[in-house]
Amino acid sequence: MKVLGIILAGGRGEYLGPLTQVRTSAALPVFGKYRSIDFTLSNMMNAGISKVGIITQYSPRSLMDHIGSGKEWDLDRKQGGLFILQPYYSPYNPSIGYKGTADAIFQNINILRRGNEDYVLIGSGDHIFKTDLTQIFKYHVDTGSDITVLTGSNMSECTSGSSSYVKCSQGRIIDWREGEDEEVDRSEFNHSALGLYFMNKFLLRELLYSTVPNGQNELVKGVMIPNLSSMNVREYQYNGYWRDIKRSKYCYYKTNMDILNPDIRRELFYENGRVSTKLKDLPPPKITGTAYISDSVIADGCVIGGKLQGSVLFRDTKVMAGANVKNSVLLEGCMVEEGAYIENVILDKYCIVRSGRSFVGESAEPTVIEKHGVI
Amino acid sequence: MAKKIVALVLAGGQGTRLGLLTDELAKPAVPFGGKYRIIDFALSNCVNSGIYAVGVLTQYRPHALSRHIGIGRPWDLDRKDGGVVVLPPFIAMDNSNWYKGTANAVYQNIDFVDSYDPEVVVILSGDHIYSMDYNEMIDYHLSKGADGTVACMRVPVSEAYRFGMMITDFDNRITDFQEKPQKPRSDLASLGIYVFNWKFLKERLIEDESEAESENDFGKNVLPRIVEKEYGSLYAFVFEGYWRDVGTLESLWESNIELTRPIPPLNLHDPSWRFYTQTEEYLPAYVGTSSHVRNSLINEGAEIYGRVESSVVFQGVHIGEGSVVRNSVIMTNTKIGRNVTIDRAIVGENSFISDDCVVGYGEEVPHESQPHIYNSGLTVVGSDAVLPSGIKIGRNSAIGNFVRERDFSGDVPGGKTVLSH
Repeated sequence: MKVLGIILAGGRGEYLGPLTQVRTSAALPVFGKYRSIDFTLSNMMNAGISKVGIITQYSPRSLMDHIGSGKEWDLDRKQGGLFILQPYYSPYNPSIGYKGTADAIFQNINILRRGNEDYVLIGSGDHIFKTDLTQIFKYHVDTGSDITVLTGSNMSECTSGSSSYVKCSQGRIIDWREGEDEEVDRSEFNHSALGLYFMNKFLLRELLYSTVPNGQNELVKGVMIPNLSSMNVREYQYNGYWRDIKRSKYCYYKTNMDILNPDIRRELFYENGRVSTKLKDLPPPKITGTAYISDSVIADGCVIGGKLQGSVLFRDTKVMAGANVKNSVLLEGCMVEEGAYIENVILDKYCIVRSGRSFVGESAEPTVIEKHGVI
Repeated sequence: MAKKIVALVLAGGQGTRLGLLTDELAKPAVPFGGKYRIIDFALSNCVNSGIYAVGVLTQYRPHALSRHIGIGRPWDLDRKDGGVVVLPPFIAMDNSNWYKGTANAVYQNIDFVDSYDPEVVVILSGDHIYSMDYNEMIDYHLSKGADGTVACMRVPVSEAYRFGMMITDFDNRITDFQEKPQKPRSDLASLGIYVFNWKFLKERLIEDESEAESENDFGKNVLPRIVEKEYGSLYAFVFEGYWRDVGTLESLWESNIELTRPIPPLNLHDPSWRFYTQTEEYLPAYVGTSSHVRNSLINEGAEIYGRVESSVVFQGVHIGEGSVVRNSVIMTNTKIGRNVTIDRAIVGENSFISDDCVVGYGEEVPHESQPHIYNSGLTVVGSDAVLPSGIKIGRNSAIGNFVRERDFSGDVPGGKTVLSH
C-alpha cells in the first residue's frame, strides 16, 4: 500500500491543565505504558505504512524521546521511515511556527513532492483507536473518492476533539460544519468527523498550493470545506472504540479507566495487530504479601504492597503496605507511602503521596497533581 | 579500554537435568523470572560492565536462543564496533567438528577473538543467574599480574560435591583442583567465569587441542594443566554477590520463587544494574475483581481472575476464576481455565490447562524412570501442552511438550511421564 502517513502531533490540549503543560497531547501517557500517539503509529505500522511524517510544534520533548528513531514501529529505514516535521526558520519563512494544520503540511510540502506514494493518510497523534486501516483504504480506492473522511455516529463526549459535523447524502459529504460556535442542526448533521482522512497525494498538494498562500491555514475549515462541492468527499462510518483524550480531564481519566473493561482491552490490544510503544525493560510487577488488588492494571516495574481498587498504575510505581489507592490513575514513577489514601486522582509522573496523607477528588472532575508533586 | 576486552558466553549446553524444559531449546534460552531468559543475565552483566564485544557460542538447539539474541538490540549490542556475534560450530578447510568441550569451543573461535586483538578475554557461562561487575574481577586479575583468574564462591562443605573446587594459597593463588570431591580440601567453588590474558590462553588452547586424551574442558583439563605444569599463575577471585546455578528443576524453581520474597537476593529493580531482555510487547497486567494475589510477580499481558500465591507468572498468562496457583512458575502465554489448582509446579510456554485440572497433588512418589531429574515434589508441564479438563497430575510427574488429550488415559499419578505421540 503506497501511502504516506502524516500525523498531526503539535497540539496543546488546553483543557488538561498540568498534564499538557509539560507535554503535547500526542505524548499523553495512557493505559499504563503507552502514549497516545502509539495508537495511530501502530495502526499505520499494522497497515504496512513505512513512511510517516510527524508534525510537531507544542512542547515536543517527551514526544521526541518516546518516538526515538521510530524503531518500535518499524520506521528506522533506509527507504522511507520516520520524518519529524518540526517548525523551522528560513529566508522564506521568517516567523517560526505553524499557523494551522494546513499551514503545517504546506511548510513541509517537500514530503508531498518526493516519494512514490499515491495516497496520504492524515491522522492525529491523540486519538485512541485500533482498526485495520487497509479496510478504509480499500473503501477509498474502490469508491474512487477524492477524500475519505472517517465519521462516527452516537459518539460520546470524549470522542472528537473539535466539534466537526457532516451532512451526507448516499455516503457523500455534502455539507460540513466545524467550530465550537457554529449552530448545527444535529438531525441533519448527524455524523461527526473523527479526524482521519485518506486522500490522493497530488490532490492534497494542489489544494494546499491553492489555499494556504491565500491565508487559509486549517485543513478542514480552509481547505476541505470550501472545496466540498467540486470534489467527491465521502464518509467512512466507523463504529469501533474511538477516544480523543484531550477533550477534558474527565475524558483523559475515563479513557485510561477504559482499559479495565475486558471488551475494550480486547478491541485495542488483541485485535487487528499489535500496539507498540517504547520499551523500557523494567522488571516484572511485584505483588507483596500485604497487597490487596482488585480490578486494576499494573505496568512493569511496579511494586504493590497496599490496597488497589479500580486503578491504572503506570511503570515503576510503588504502593507501599497500608496505602490505599482507589479509582485513580498513577503515571510513571509515582510513590504512595504507608497509610496514605487517594481516590479519584490523576498523579502525573514522579508524584509522591506522603505517609498518612489522604486526598479525595471528584469523580466527575478528577484532580490532577502536577509532575513531581508531593501530597 | 573496553575495546581490549572480549567476552565469550558459552551457551551450547543442553541442560539435561532440566528434563523436558530443554527438549526444544538450549538451557541458556530457558525462561526465567517472569520475562527473562537465562542468558540475559550474562549478557546484561557484560554491557553493564562496559564490555561490548561479545561472542555467544551455541550448539544445542540454538533456534530459540538465536532468535532471542538477534542483533543484540535489547542489550545495546547492535553496534558498528563490536556488538554481539552468535558463534555456532562450523566447517572449515582444516576442521569440521562440533564443539567437543568448553575449551574446544573457544579454540575453534580463536580467529574470532583474534580479530579484536584483545589483551583480556572473559569466558562466561550462559547457564547461570547472577549479577556481577566483571570489572572488579578484571581489576583483580590485573592487580595480581595473573595469567588467568577463576571466579569462586564460598560454599558449604556439604555442597562441594556439586562443584569444581579450587585449593589456594594465602594469596588466593590456585595450587590444586578437585572436581566434584566427596572430601573437599577447600570451600572455594568455581563459578565457571574466567578471565584470561588472551595470548596466554591461546597457547594453552592450542596445546590442549594436541592432547589426544583431553576432554577439551576448562575445568577438567585446561586449568589443572596450567597449575600442574606451572605454565603460569591462576588466581581465585572470591565473589560474594548473587549467583545461582539453575541446572536442576528444583534450583530453577527455587531461584524463581526466591524473587517473590519481600527482599529478594537478586535485585531486579536496581536502575544502575538493569537486566535487559528481548521484551515482548504486551499490555500491562490486569488483576480482576474476584482475584487474590499475594507474594508474586505478575507480568505484563497477564489477566488474573483467580488466586495466585508465591508464584512467578510470566507475560501473557491468563488465570481463570476460581483457580488457585501456588508456589509455581507459569511461563509465557500459558492459559489456565477456571477452578484449576496448581501447586508446586513449573508450567512451560503456550500451554493450555483446561477447567478443573489439578496439577501437583498427593504424596511424593519417586519418578518411575528419571528420579534424578523429576524430584523434589515438583510437577512439570512442558510447552505447547494441552491438559484436558478435569485431569489430575500427581507430584514428581512430567507432562511432555505438545501433549494433547489423546495422550492421556485418565489421571496421572505421581512419578509418571506422559509424552506426546
